[in-house]
Amino acid sequence: MGALFSLGVVIALVLVALVGVKGAHLQPLFGVVIPYLAVITFFIGLIYRVVKWGKTPVPFHIPTTCGQQKSLPWIKYSKLESPATGKEVFFRMALEVLFFRSLFRNLKMQRSGERVVYGSAKWLWLGGILFHYSFFIVLIRHLRLFTNPVPSFVHLIESFDGFLQIGLPKLMMTGVILLAAVTYLFLRRIYIPSVRYISLPADYFPLFLIMAIATTGILMRYFIRVDVVKVKELTMGLARLSPTVPDGIGTIFYIHIFLVSTLFAYFPFSKLVHLGGVFLSPTRNLANNSRMVRHVNPWNYPVKVHTYEEYEEEFREKMVSVGIPVEKPLETKEPEEATEEESEGKE
Amino acid sequence: MAKAKGKTPKPEELAKIDYSPPEKHWTEVPVELKPGTFCYGARPKYLEEVDFPNPRDWQPYEDDWKLPENWKDIVLEGMEDRLNKYRTFRLFMDICVRCGACADKCHFFIGSGDPKNMPVLRAELMRSVYRKYFTKAGKFFGKNAGARDLTMDVFKEWWYYFYQCTECRRCSVFCPYGIDTAEITIIGRELTNLLGCNTDWIAGPVANCYQKGNHLGLEPHTIQSNIEMMCDDIEEITSIRIEPTFNRKGAEILFVTPSGDLFGVPGVYTCMGYLMLFHELGLDYTWSTYASEGGNFGFFTSNEMAKRLYYKIYAEAKRLGVKWILGGECGHMWRLVHQYLDTWWGPADFLEVPKSPITGTVFENAKSTKMVHVVEFTADLIKHGKLKLDPSRNDHLRVTFHDSCNTSRGMGFFEEPRYVIKNVCNNFFEMPENTIREKTFCCGSGSGLNASENMEIRMRGGFPRANAVRHVNQKYGVNMLANVCAIDRAALTTLMQYWVPDVEVCGVHELVGNALVMTGEKERTMDLRLEDLPGKEEEEEDV
Repeated sequence: MGALFSLGVVIALVLVALVGVKGAHLQPLFGVVIPYLAVITFFIGLIYRVVKWGKTPVPFHIPTTCGQQKSLPWIKYSKLESPATGKEVFFRMALEVLFFRSLFRNLKMQRSGERVVYGSAKWLWLGGILFHYSFFIVLIRHLRLFTNPVPSFVHLIESFDGFLQIGLPKLMMTGVILLAAVTYLFLRRIYIPSVRYISLPADYFPLFLIMAIATTGILMRYFIRVDVVKVKELTMGLARLSPTVPDGIGTIFYIHIFLVSTLFAYFPFSKLVHLGGVFLSPTRNLANNSRMVRHVNPWNYPVKVHTYEEYEEEFREKMVSVGIPVEKPLETKEPEEATEEESEGKE
Repeated sequence: MAKAKGKTPKPEELAKIDYSPPEKHWTEVPVELKPGTFCYGARPKYLEEVDFPNPRDWQPYEDDWKLPENWKDIVLEGMEDRLNKYRTFRLFMDICVRCGACADKCHFFIGSGDPKNMPVLRAELMRSVYRKYFTKAGKFFGKNAGARDLTMDVFKEWWYYFYQCTECRRCSVFCPYGIDTAEITIIGRELTNLLGCNTDWIAGPVANCYQKGNHLGLEPHTIQSNIEMMCDDIEEITSIRIEPTFNRKGAEILFVTPSGDLFGVPGVYTCMGYLMLFHELGLDYTWSTYASEGGNFGFFTSNEMAKRLYYKIYAEAKRLGVKWILGGECGHMWRLVHQYLDTWWGPADFLEVPKSPITGTVFENAKSTKMVHVVEFTADLIKHGKLKLDPSRNDHLRVTFHDSCNTSRGMGFFEEPRYVIKNVCNNFFEMPENTIREKTFCCGSGSGLNASENMEIRMRGGFPRANAVRHVNQKYGVNMLANVCAIDRAALTTLMQYWVPDVEVCGVHELVGNALVMTGEKERTMDLRLEDLPGKEEEEEDV
């Protein structure tokens, strides 16, 4: 259900752009106004989210330790899984952010007769890595539309990306990998029952949206060609803050840019903010040194406690009777001893 | 009468687990409080003793939970307050992508197949409410944005599943963003406590610990006599009389251990191990009847309550004028000592950086908190050759080691216990790699779930652990499950009786006590359980 709803929304977005450009000729709206608004929303939204998280205190020092602690000098500790210093935390975070370390640990629980076994399960990690890196490279490649002259690293990336030398224009691998990876992520959501069960419309929507973005991009590059010179005129106009809308750019371009704008604007309000969030996760970005260095809780407030004095007050007699030392001797010693003796006598 | 308690099914029945999710969406499956899977409600006297709100007689299986009229406002205000106080809470509400990597990592999911025991769904129970009341998207788009109203049914669902999570953090090891369900469960339980909805099994120990110093409610003279009884047994085994001291001012070291070590088997055997070790070393240490609890059931209630209970440790160290603190074998105690104590009650600058009086080792890793784990202490002794050990006295045992959740994922304590065990035992075998160390499985009864009325869910939650033990039992003949946690010692014993009956449970220092060659002791014919040592009883006959 969530999937159909999200698919419907993405189709509606495509139709909005199609009708808006083909029917109502709102090229300036779709080519300039919406992209600007989307980018502004993206940056302000993302900064707002990250600042809000960052300003929320971390009261306790709670890294998830995934390796040996630093304790006795002759026990080798795990610098990457249980970092003891800031530098080691940096490397742990780098592994997490750049190589999805935790996801790489993934296991699949299976029943094998009486036994429960936990097999390696790297597909999600591979799909995730391919998806994120191909998306990233595609994004970098798009810098060619916003820079003049095009920086050499963009050329370099393009030449690697197109090294297969298939077709003309050269086939860029990352576009295809992106589409394949996003399709895989979608299919596993549908086919793995537990994952389907937890999925929300908000999980399908970005997948369909990115699928549509990749598809329109690929269509534009290889099949429904658009005038690249005019496209660059428009994008350079955006980059230079002096927007122009040249005539004769195909509608598919406007659909593509509208979907991209939607993604940008949607980003800060959705789960996609994990991009920023992963850096702030206290279970990963703190050193496992909390017995060496005191962590301060900014809102650590005084609490009501049960003091030793109150404790002794309640148990003094029992403590004295078995010879446990006390702070204050038993009160009115003599008469009390007398009564005790008396009562003992009675028994 | 009581509908909480159910008949626990036979292991063969329980092991048949259906992992296929129901047809209906999870928001449309109302919570069903199945007998045997939850604990009784907290009695009012326990809440009153610690000034908690809404003390009353109530039971979770009754329709009316007797909540104040404005319960919803209390919960939502509580959420807002915590969203502003805990980055973890706010972040973990926002960034989950529901990739499902955590789904089959939870021992309760593996043992029950209940989809709401998948960590992601456990968190979604709260996230859905978060979206509704604290995000624009949820306010405007409602269900399509994954939002839902906070209703009485939702609150009961929270209660059921947040007291069906042991805060073990296994899911957080696998989460690509480090989302820690324990954080969500902790906050979830704090919210239920705002309405007086704790379990009796947690609230009782909390009240005891607050008033009497320990969870079991042992009074000072009882603590002393329990330990003296252990000393009687030690005398019978070794012919050596140990005279430990209590609340003694001027001792060098204060020893704090979970009260589970003072009462009941197999905890007391671990305690006997400590007593023998400290005696043999001639350690200048004292017990405290006031700081007589290393564990902290307050942590399963609210962070504030946990802090209130942990006041005693430093306060008592200061009063007695000790130099540093040694801590016994306990799981959640060590997560708290390692990650929370110093923050709550530090800086403990009236103490000195711990230094072993025997080896001279300075425990730099504890230089701020000033508290050393007894296994770290013992590992250091063994490394320096300060103990005379006869591991053959443990030859009747084929030992495996269960890494406790808290010491594993909240401390990184893996090599120290293994080093000690390997030095005091000749037969040590590891469980399968994906079930130990940071990937260890919970006993199923942590975080205050080790009651008796919820036995079915405990046996389900402990199923993955028991399954791995059974594997080494069949493969290597393992008959002893060693661990460093008081809850484990109690809970795993029950778990083994249910799933793997020929395996017993012990603390690491019980094994140390067995192997420790003490000055002037008689030839040992018994282990610490007063059971004959195989091979030694014949000699006895000869005599």
